[in-house]
Amino acid sequence: MKRVIIVLAVVALLLSILPACGGGREVVNVYNWGEYIDEEVLEQFEKDTGIKVNYKTFETNEQLYSVLKQGGVSYDVIIPSDYMVSRLINEGMLEKINMDNIHNLTYIDESLIGMEYDPTGEYSVPYMTGTVGIIYNSRLITDEITSWGALFDEKYAGQILMFDNPRDAMGIALKYLGYSLNTTDKDQLMEAYDLLVEQKTFLQAYVMDQIFDKLESGEAAIGPYYAGDYIIMVKNNPDLKLVMPEEGTNRFVDAMCIPKGAKNKENAEAFINYMCGVEASLKNAIFVGYTSPNIEVEKLIELESYEREVVYPSDEILDNCEFFVNLPQDILDLYDELWIKLKK
Amino acid sequence: MNGHKTTSNGNGHFLRGIYHRMPAYPYVIWMALFVVIPIILVVVYAFTASDGKFTLNNFAHISDYAIVFGRSLLLALIATIICLILGYPVAYVLSKFGQSTQRIIIMLIMLPMWINFLLRTYSWMSLLENTGLINRFLAAIGLFNLINNIFGTDIRHLQMINTQGAVILGMVYNYLPFMILPIYSVIVKIDKSVIEAAQDLGANSSKVFTKVIFPLSLSGVISGITMVFVPSVSTFIISKLLGGGTQILLGDLIEMQFLGSAYNPHLGAAISLIMMIIVVICMSVMNKFGEGEEQTVIL
Repeated sequence: MKRVIIVLAVVALLLSILPACGGGREVVNVYNWGEYIDEEVLEQFEKDTGIKVNYKTFETNEQLYSVLKQGGVSYDVIIPSDYMVSRLINEGMLEKINMDNIHNLTYIDESLIGMEYDPTGEYSVPYMTGTVGIIYNSRLITDEITSWGALFDEKYAGQILMFDNPRDAMGIALKYLGYSLNTTDKDQLMEAYDLLVEQKTFLQAYVMDQIFDKLESGEAAIGPYYAGDYIIMVKNNPDLKLVMPEEGTNRFVDAMCIPKGAKNKENAEAFINYMCGVEASLKNAIFVGYTSPNIEVEKLIELESYEREVVYPSDEILDNCEFFVNLPQDILDLYDELWIKLKK
Repeated sequence: MNGHKTTSNGNGHFLRGIYHRMPAYPYVIWMALFVVIPIILVVVYAFTASDGKFTLNNFAHISDYAIVFGRSLLLALIATIICLILGYPVAYVLSKFGQSTQRIIIMLIMLPMWINFLLRTYSWMSLLENTGLINRFLAAIGLFNLINNIFGTDIRHLQMINTQGAVILGMVYNYLPFMILPIYSVIVKIDKSVIEAAQDLGANSSKVFTKVIFPLSLSGVISGITMVFVPSVSTFIISKLLGGGTQILLGDLIEMQFLGSAYNPHLGAAISLIMMIIVVICMSVMNKFGEGEEQTVIL
């Protein structure tokens, strides 16, 4: 009897949690990277459309993936990066977007649509793009840096930082060796792994966000990071320089998608359309510091000349860039296996 | 309440039992939802593959990670011992102060816990760095110059960040209050007359401590050890920020399974389960040891 009461109480509690949403008001549930939108744009969207935005943030593509995979949450708009978009498409986790509702698509750089990660261009609309470069302190390193090789040079022992995630770290080693970022050749991957093992012996640390502090304070002298973030760092330490390595680098697109089973698909499309508008794109580009895919923004945005070089790299640099695509499961498993082996 | 322990005969008796236990139900429900169900999920995940079928495969490769298990247990053990060595005297001395002093010191011990855990660990990072506050201070007072002049070396900083020592320091700093507080709360409750009796019987102060106070405070020591050891074994952010991420701990390994590129929650659950089992074994051994001691004291 006692147990029955407890079980009933638990069930009642669960039932009261499940249909938490509801209510008459139109909503859109958005899941984006942290610090990746100008909040004024959200307020303006609510005012203009009457749709309430429930806004949540994530830190990595993999975190986004595991949240979607575990279920139990319902988002209407998500903003994963290129390779994660293609993984979500392959696993049938995305809804096709009705592009007739995205009038502002005309503003979006055509060369970014229908790329390898979303070949038909039906599942995603670009939100931001950018590149990865080497950031170094020109007071601590007086040599001219031109190559990824600097990150694997024992001369800078104890001063080098490296990405603390397998895809970016392996990608850099692969690029340095002259291979594709998306290689599925296990020998090439092993070669890249060996390079990382050697690098680890004289590496200062594996970092993500900590790189801001460590490069700005001069604790470390060199490390790879997203080029847009260099603009923030250089304001705090003018000695910092950004280089696009001669071997070529990774270019990324973060794109807006609608996950399968989204409850407010039309509102999601209204949101995506709004974000593609000139005004919203401009505000977000100024706030984030990455490159907006909106072609009008390039003309309107006020940037100092060094900033413009970072945000709008030359065609020569862009042609030398490679995008990540999703890898087959056995290669993903190998990545994780090698990464854990490297770090244990 | 003793009467309710026996099997209930009449209906009235039974209902009264429910009535008396009523206040405990919110927590029982809480525990069922957020402790029991998650543990069941961990077990289910650990013994299934991604297609949902039963498998022992997740456990087959765990020996690959033996070095990570070993490192985590060792660092947590060292941190726990340091906490005990630092924390016990503090708790003991504290219990001898006047009421108001005790309250102020307890507050000071708790004070750091009002600040976010991540923030505190981040601050240690900027303290310990080669260009950090401590190294800049040592350089400013001329310590490195002095050493370099005497030994002809070329030392510019003391390497503290990105070492295992820094990870242990992070654990000790964050979990020390969890050692002090349980020991303190047991020591203050020790009956003064027991100590007086020992003194009357001719025990000197060190005898009083080793034969009376320490044995009586053992239950606090054991809960202190548990409360430091368990979170130290499973921590993941400390090694990332203070250890440089080059030598991962169990917590990092588990996090990688859930948020890594391969996404393997089944392996993650298996590692968590093994970790829980190891911790439970450690704790039950500790408790056995504690119980025995207490009994000898009572005898």
